[in-house]
Amino acid sequence: MNETIRELLAKLGNLPVAVTELEDGADLYAAGLSSFASVQLMLGLEEAFDIEFPDNLLNRKSFASISAIEQTVSHILKAKEAA
Amino acid sequence: MDMQVSFLDRLFDAGLLIETGVDGLYGRSGQFEDVIAAFERLIDRVGGADGAEAMRFPPGMNREFFETSGYMKSFPQLAGTVHSFCGSELDHMSLLKCMEVGDDWTKGQEATDIVLTPAACYPLYPTVARRGKLPKSGGLYDLQSYCFRHEPSKDPARQQLFRMREYVCMGTEQHVTDFRQRWMDRGVEMMKSVGLDVAIDIANDPFFGRAGKMLANNQRDQNLKFELLIPITSTAKPTACMSFNYHQDAFGTKWGLYLEDGSTAHTACVGFGLERIALALFHTHGLDVKAWPESVRAVLWG
Repeated sequence: MNETIRELLAKLGNLPVAVTELEDGADLYAAGLSSFASVQLMLGLEEAFDIEFPDNLLNRKSFASISAIEQTVSHILKAKEAA
Repeated sequence: MDMQVSFLDRLFDAGLLIETGVDGLYGRSGQFEDVIAAFERLIDRVGGADGAEAMRFPPGMNREFFETSGYMKSFPQLAGTVHSFCGSELDHMSLLKCMEVGDDWTKGQEATDIVLTPAACYPLYPTVARRGKLPKSGGLYDLQSYCFRHEPSKDPARQQLFRMREYVCMGTEQHVTDFRQRWMDRGVEMMKSVGLDVAIDIANDPFFGRAGKMLANNQRDQNLKFELLIPITSTAKPTACMSFNYHQDAFGTKWGLYLEDGSTAHTACVGFGLERIALALFHTHGLDVKAWPESVRAVLWG
């Protein structure tokens, strides 16, 4: 999952730095992730993992770092399995 | 909804607003305009000493600037574009035939270089960017324009063509957030002085779609937008009559607005919904201006 997230971030994040240089815990907003790019990333994650972000997870916190994205996506996948 | 229709009907009956057959598109009486003019003079008295540079643009803007602004990313449902007939004489003949039989004659209309202005400050940013770096003291601008938003409604406080008075501040983060705070305090005082019951609340713009939900949440999380609310058609859902927006360096980056030291300018704006404020006054004090409380009349007409 980490790899897919990094690929999407490289493709859609429009970051001024290389994604390979970012630690999993690095602050993506500080690295230059814009609001609009985070929306593109959200849509890309939905397609890649066949999930739908619920409204309560559509916020900055969910996309604050690569680990945060991993946690959010895992959480949605788990909820999907349980349903 | 009933209450909204009835306030709108009362405004029509009193002749303050003039029906055109399109929801949200109204004429205004001399009396209605006089209230707006008086309130704008109050704005001038409160903000005048700040020395803002006044600019007035018509309610249409350069389509290229509109495209750069990114408005279509966030609010495609609200935008209005200006189209014209650009065909030959033969095309004209078929256009007339189309109209005669009641077919859709608008299909052949072509986009012009003009888009209806969605907010009074939109033409400002490229204008200021063209001048080069901002002076050390930053920039402060005073704008007013009719604005268009495609959202037909029977709520008289949600019109499709309405006037927005704005102050826009450019400078450092501290400079522009101080400006915003100052106007939040001033706004509350101004509304109280004309007898309006106000509350300030955190807010978000009506971004389009699910992606918009995320942009709206981001905006709230970061305290970027506040609104000054006054009951007009509902006390449970009061209407935003002013908004106070901090854009961070988003417009500075987009338009290339730089400070003297080369850093990107932060921007903030404060907007007055002039029709909404007039409607709040009519709703609160009654449709007959002569019967408004003396204290309110004194502030507005001195």
